[in-house]
Amino acid sequence: MALTEHLPTTRRRLGLWLVAAAGLWALAYWVNGWLWDAVLYDVLGMDPDARLTQAVHFFCYDTVKIGLLLTGIIFTVTVLRSFMSVERTRAILGGRREGIGNVLAAGLGVITPFCSCSAVPAFIGFVAAGVPIGVTLSFLIASPLANEIAIGLLWSLFGWRIAALYVAAGVAIAIVAGWVLGRLRVQRWVEPFVFETTLRGQPVDPSVGLTLDQRVAIGIEEVGSILRRIWPYLLVGIGLGAVIHGWVPTEWFAAHAGSDNPFGVLVAVLLGVPLYSNAAGIMPLVEVLYSKGMPIGTVLAFMMSVVALSLPEMILLRRVLRPPLLALFAAVVATGIVAVGYLFNAVAPAPG
Amino acid sequence: MIIKILGSGCANCQRLEANAKQAVAGLGLQATVEKVTDYADIASYGVMRTPGLVVDDQVLVSGRVPSVDEIVSLLTPA
Repeated sequence: MALTEHLPTTRRRLGLWLVAAAGLWALAYWVNGWLWDAVLYDVLGMDPDARLTQAVHFFCYDTVKIGLLLTGIIFTVTVLRSFMSVERTRAILGGRREGIGNVLAAGLGVITPFCSCSAVPAFIGFVAAGVPIGVTLSFLIASPLANEIAIGLLWSLFGWRIAALYVAAGVAIAIVAGWVLGRLRVQRWVEPFVFETTLRGQPVDPSVGLTLDQRVAIGIEEVGSILRRIWPYLLVGIGLGAVIHGWVPTEWFAAHAGSDNPFGVLVAVLLGVPLYSNAAGIMPLVEVLYSKGMPIGTVLAFMMSVVALSLPEMILLRRVLRPPLLALFAAVVATGIVAVGYLFNAVAPAPG
Repeated sequence: MIIKILGSGCANCQRLEANAKQAVAGLGLQATVEKVTDYADIASYGVMRTPGLVVDDQVLVSGRVPSVDEIVSLLTPA
């Protein structure tokens, strides 16, 4: 990365640099609000009430807004998370019994830096260190579902109540699903090589011995690498959101997929499973579905099923889990998500 | 010297490989750079977050992509 090599090397300059970056970020976020009003209505003379204008406005405004939110949130979260590591999580979980272990694993899944591309080495590493399978699965379920980036985005777009509700639900699903799978003695469906893997040498804890400069550099790299990976999903999501925003009448979802529709959550989850995105990519769509009257339980269930269950992740996990366990894993998690969706629809008031 | 890049081909692993090769070239070292993509092998090094940098069977970095300068200083004998 060219940018990180120019990072200042003294603490004072680093501080100034961060403050300047935060100022620029806030300015851009603030300007974005009326920039597109001015460009579309005044410069291009488009009719503010036309559907096309509304869709274009949504697309431009949301692309910049979500881009800025992601940059800020990923950077902050990555720098904070560089103090935590999978190695430390494993050390905490080693030798825990099921039950309390599931609770700890789900909680740690939220704060441990993790990418689903490392799911397999992490699974082997946990199991080889004596962490029970059910506890390991609790970690693997919680980690993509309720990570800080999802929390940050939900918080900035929907407020802290919905963010808190989402985290609580994600952690609860991870605890219960991991515990249930552990009870079912799923060890027999884990590929035998996992148990035969021996760990040589001392594992390196990547969270210790880093300078602040290095942590900031990691933060910048992570922003770049996540945005490079997800921008096509993001644009498709915002584009879909723009079409819905412009052409689907308000309250359409309330009428067709409202909380009184018994199949709403089920359909949302079934639609979400084959879709593959992470929390960031799906957010623009979630935002517009909610604003068009889809109930919060259905919206969050849709988001969870997109984030937690996906074909690419299943193919990865197939390396260590046999098909019966994979199917069971997907079924238990999907059931949990559906239950959470109905629960939220039952307790939450209609959006307004 | 044998340098191994642990990782299943994600973007970060490729960046680490490129950085490692550049560091080796810069130092003029006699070293081979190999990729380790098998999950069981990766896990056997105790690495749970890819990518990992292993030099002569010792894990030096895991879970992040060190810069070329950092790899140079890791490879330079103290």
